[in-house]
Amino acid sequence: MRRTTTAVIIGAGHAGLAMSRCLSERGIDHVLLERGEVANSWKRERWDSLRLLTPNWMSRLPGYQYQGSDPNGYRTLSQTIGFIERYAETMVSAPIYTHTQVRSVTRRDGGYAVVTNQGTFRCRAVVVASGACNIANVPACAEGLPSDLFTITSRAYRNPSTLPEGGVLVVGASSSGTQIADELQRSGRQVTLSVGEHLRAPRDYRGRDIQWWLDAAGVYDERFDEMENLSRARSLASIQLVGSPSRRTLDLNVLGERGVKLVGRLAGMRDGVALFSGSLANMCKLSDLKLERLLDRIDEYADRTGLASAVEPSHRFEPTRLPSNPPMSLDLRGGGEIKSVVWATGFRPDHSWIDVDVFDRRGRMRHDGGVVDAPGMYIMGLPVLRTRRSTFIDGAAADARALSAHMSAFLAVRQAA
Amino acid sequence: MTITTNNTNLNADNGVNVEALLGAREQLSGMPAAAQFKWRATCEWINGAHSRSTVQNYFGLGAEQSHRTKFTLDADHPELFAASDNGVTPPELALTALASCLTAGVASIAQMRKIQLHSVTATLEGDMDVLAILGADTDARNGFSNITVRFEIDADASEQEIEALVAQSQKRSAVFDIISNPTNINVEACKA
Repeated sequence: MRRTTTAVIIGAGHAGLAMSRCLSERGIDHVLLERGEVANSWKRERWDSLRLLTPNWMSRLPGYQYQGSDPNGYRTLSQTIGFIERYAETMVSAPIYTHTQVRSVTRRDGGYAVVTNQGTFRCRAVVVASGACNIANVPACAEGLPSDLFTITSRAYRNPSTLPEGGVLVVGASSSGTQIADELQRSGRQVTLSVGEHLRAPRDYRGRDIQWWLDAAGVYDERFDEMENLSRARSLASIQLVGSPSRRTLDLNVLGERGVKLVGRLAGMRDGVALFSGSLANMCKLSDLKLERLLDRIDEYADRTGLASAVEPSHRFEPTRLPSNPPMSLDLRGGGEIKSVVWATGFRPDHSWIDVDVFDRRGRMRHDGGVVDAPGMYIMGLPVLRTRRSTFIDGAAADARALSAHMSAFLAVRQAA
Repeated sequence: MTITTNNTNLNADNGVNVEALLGAREQLSGMPAAAQFKWRATCEWINGAHSRSTVQNYFGLGAEQSHRTKFTLDADHPELFAASDNGVTPPELALTALASCLTAGVASIAQMRKIQLHSVTATLEGDMDVLAILGADTDARNGFSNITVRFEIDADASEQEIEALVAQSQKRSAVFDIISNPTNINVEACKA
């Protein structure tokens, strides 16, 4: 095992592997450190029925493009794991040290010391590619839940049998929350879904995958340094979408038809009773209006490029159907209808092991499009890191190219100095 | 996604100083302690259900601040409730607070989006079962069971843009949040 290298990449998921490939192309000597196995979070931190939200063709990585027979399908969990493992085997030549947990990263002699359970690595540059979803967010009011109530995060959830029988409160209506709510309702449980700010979209529009349109119309190429409100873009919930062989749309109307009860955002707990915000109507209105604007933009793109005549005609979707009198509270104490709570309230990265002064007052890493505010440190794999595409596997290629170029220049300057 | 509008008017003037608001956002983000405000009111009982509230001082930007004058607001109950009707009822004051907050939001957001407003009228209605406050029905809620707000807006903008203004103003509204979400209230009492 080499202990001194030019660069260390922490994490062997799609982002770290893409970076490795780019560093190798530039002749930058490096190793990858992986806490578990390649594609670890896909193996251990996702639910069973999950499929990628992006079609197969849209997982381009440096040196890799989908060549299979189903470009418009959506990879299952095991296909995703296989895809990342094959990429590591065939496209990555640097050593990958698995089961190597990083305990700390500190500045040392103008470079970095990366302390792991397998010893210390010394390097001049560090790439943090340890994922965006290490910690499941749970709202502070969760402390007020009755202690005997079964609770689980979307990160720990695997399938309906994880949960006790009986009613479920799913908190959060992004892609995770809506998918889990859908699956649990189908399992025979009565689901109540707590809905805050969210984004809806049809799976297909005018005969093409919504992701195809967003890709083609350049939405995913919007750059971080050209956005009016970057921190908002980075904190947006994922669009309500599901990857399925039937290409079905999953939104609040679909869930409502299936019998899921909609309530407002979880606003607090009082004596074991969950209190919901009265903002449900506005949350749905905002989402409907955003969908309208998105489809307007797609239609404009289709008209401008002459695609309009080649695809299905433009149309609009029914606004979100609101329950007439959504309950403002739900008794979660024993004996009530709710037997479990699923938190689908987003994720954040765990950077607690980075002992370098690179965090803002809210604990978020200070970086400029992945170039961290510490010489030779980089971060990858966060939502809207450099473009909106960065949120997806498909964004790792361009991000790795840009950041490896930056690192190469950084190392050259240091060499010259 | 940025909002594209065909009605953008660089000369739109709704009497909102957007530069000052954006400047404040920028500055206060850098010094969050200065963004901690305290809004205050005092209220004195006059007679029966009639009371008079006074608002003058508040705290913000790290110091005591004052309105340019002292404002007073009378509240009472109507004659239907055997009261003297010297002012609006407190629930009506809550409706006016919501309306004013949303209306200010509509004006600010329209200015940000360079949309010229010509008129904005909000009409509000709150449903209440008064058996609860009379103590005759312990199951009913004291407060509103539902509030409806209807905005009529004349502006150089499409229907969709107007809907978006109103939706965004709810998202940014203090009073919308105060009414739609639970708030801890600590009431102390002492002998004067």
